[in-house]
Amino acid sequence: MNTIEKKEGNPLLSIYFTAGYPALDSTIQIAKKLEEAGADFLEIGFPYSDPVADGPVIQHSSEVALANGMTVKKLFEQLRELRQHVHIPVFLMGYVNPVIQFGVEKFCEECKNVGVDGVIIPDLPMYEYEDLYKETFEKNGIANIFIVTPQTSTERIRKIDSLSNSFIYLLSSNATTGKTLDVGEDTNAYFKRIHDLQLKNPLIVGFGISNKETFQKASQYTAGAIIGSAFVKRLGGKDYMDQIPDFIQSIKG
Amino acid sequence: MSIYQVNEKGYYGPFGGAYIPEMLYPNVKELREEYLKIIEEKSFQEEFNQLLRDYVGRPSPLYHAKRLSEKYGTTIYLKREDLNHTGAHKINNTIGQILLAERLGKKRIIAETGAGQHGVATATVCALKGIQCAVYMGEIDIQRQAPNVARMKMMGAEVIAATSGSKTLKDATNEALRDWINNPVDTHYIIGSVVGPHPYPDMVARFQSIISEETKKQLLTKTGKENPDIVLACVGGGSNAAGMFYHFLDDESVQLYAVEAAGHGVDSGESAATTALGKEGVLHGSRSILMQTEDGQVIEPYSISAGLDYPGIGPQHAWLFKSGRGKYVSITDDEAMRAGLELTRLEGIIPAIESSHALAYLAKIPFKGDETVVVCLSGRGDKDLDNYMKYFDF
Repeated sequence: MNTIEKKEGNPLLSIYFTAGYPALDSTIQIAKKLEEAGADFLEIGFPYSDPVADGPVIQHSSEVALANGMTVKKLFEQLRELRQHVHIPVFLMGYVNPVIQFGVEKFCEECKNVGVDGVIIPDLPMYEYEDLYKETFEKNGIANIFIVTPQTSTERIRKIDSLSNSFIYLLSSNATTGKTLDVGEDTNAYFKRIHDLQLKNPLIVGFGISNKETFQKASQYTAGAIIGSAFVKRLGGKDYMDQIPDFIQSIKG
Repeated sequence: MSIYQVNEKGYYGPFGGAYIPEMLYPNVKELREEYLKIIEEKSFQEEFNQLLRDYVGRPSPLYHAKRLSEKYGTTIYLKREDLNHTGAHKINNTIGQILLAERLGKKRIIAETGAGQHGVATATVCALKGIQCAVYMGEIDIQRQAPNVARMKMMGAEVIAATSGSKTLKDATNEALRDWINNPVDTHYIIGSVVGPHPYPDMVARFQSIISEETKKQLLTKTGKENPDIVLACVGGGSNAAGMFYHFLDDESVQLYAVEAAGHGVDSGESAATTALGKEGVLHGSRSILMQTEDGQVIEPYSISAGLDYPGIGPQHAWLFKSGRGKYVSITDDEAMRAGLELTRLEGIIPAIESSHALAYLAKIPFKGDETVVVCLSGRGDKDLDNYMKYFDF
């Protein structure tokens, strides 16, 4: 399976948002709206009480989502109608403890049943994945997305590439979510260095992408980029649904 | 190798590991590859031992508490960690970790703290070494623990309020981890308990193992036997217990009691009795037992003692509990407060409320009379005077 491919040289835009935020039942509506507006694929976050890789915006959305009653179980209930409305690739993103409590096997089966393509679990390390969960993921055709940072060694990147079968999540810098991408020479050199490794999986840049400039910068050497905090920040205000097309247009247009 | 110690993969039975985001992988890998090498270096050992002796004031006394012994009808010794510099066992670990950080070339230290004891112990060693220090502390704890905040500031540490989540220890730990993600190269994170990703639980336990190492020698001198029959220590994350148990783990004849905080009662909804209420899961980088909802969200614990209200326990404790090697029990706020006053009146020692939990369990053990019992008096009660005064209406 490889649903993440660059079309005619256009960089791919993925949008992250937290399930159950701003309202418990906003998940499918937002996903549908994002597809209509031109997003190329989606990451739907399942909230966790202690999101250590996230900055204030996604922490807040997680808190509100939990207070709204969002759970992994509830999310899968909502996602049963996902594929009636949404046709672009969808990934789930969250932390490992809720997945363990739900049951890793059951989690993968549910992903398959509702049509989710893969998952991104930042605190599920490569060793544990290989040792305990790889077989279950593969049996259900669920891609596990690994993260690469500026500090990740070439040897480890090669290993990650060999274990991946969808895309590699390239972190723009060693940071939590919601910071601003440093568009300087160092970042450029880093993206180019990874690009030049000629990996089999496409690279998608995440963390710090917030507008057209950073999106283009990030896409120069990669297949595309993910916007999270900058999008989540726009949710919840008056008429936020109606403003989604303008936001996507401002990045891709 | 002991089945109760960490294996080469970083696990204690099914518990432990390093469940960390890729951003922390290089830091944790560096620590994992270097910590044993550095700790075993002669120059490290010399400096560590010299500081423990001349700066911390070790060995801490093993005190035969005669009136307490009379009251419970057996022989009770107190391991006096309360007499250490800064007033608790926490400094054994921060001395070890600052020497390690120095040898790794780190320029900045971060730490989390609940009641402030670990924050103070960290700020202290940073002042000692002239290294920049930032301590994360829950906004609510900052209000509750003003004297410790003042001590940290006086030592030159920056105290940063954790304003996320429940604004207590768990959130301070999250904020420290976030800081580390954002400052991966120059910063060392001094975790204060036997929690976190491998190798932290093992590293902290090693630095705290001086407690049982000394106890063995002191008991031999005083009684002619180096092993007691019963050992008691309180458990939040579990660092003083890990140190108190360390050299007794393989002597199965030594009964180990780990005393958790039951708060208002295990079933009251306001408790920190992790082994009674928790389930297996992952928190702060390791697989262990933690208090959580059915959906895997971490539950905020409660105890009158700010050092015991952590929703998890270290992975080694989870393994000692699951394997049955340790007896994991709990004591309520009321029982602990009464035990604290009892020790004060019987021995003239005001214990930290944390340590009072271990003392309170003495009343629950049916002693025959010929036992040798060691209680780890992990800290002194100066920081808790306000709480004691209010509770007893002095």
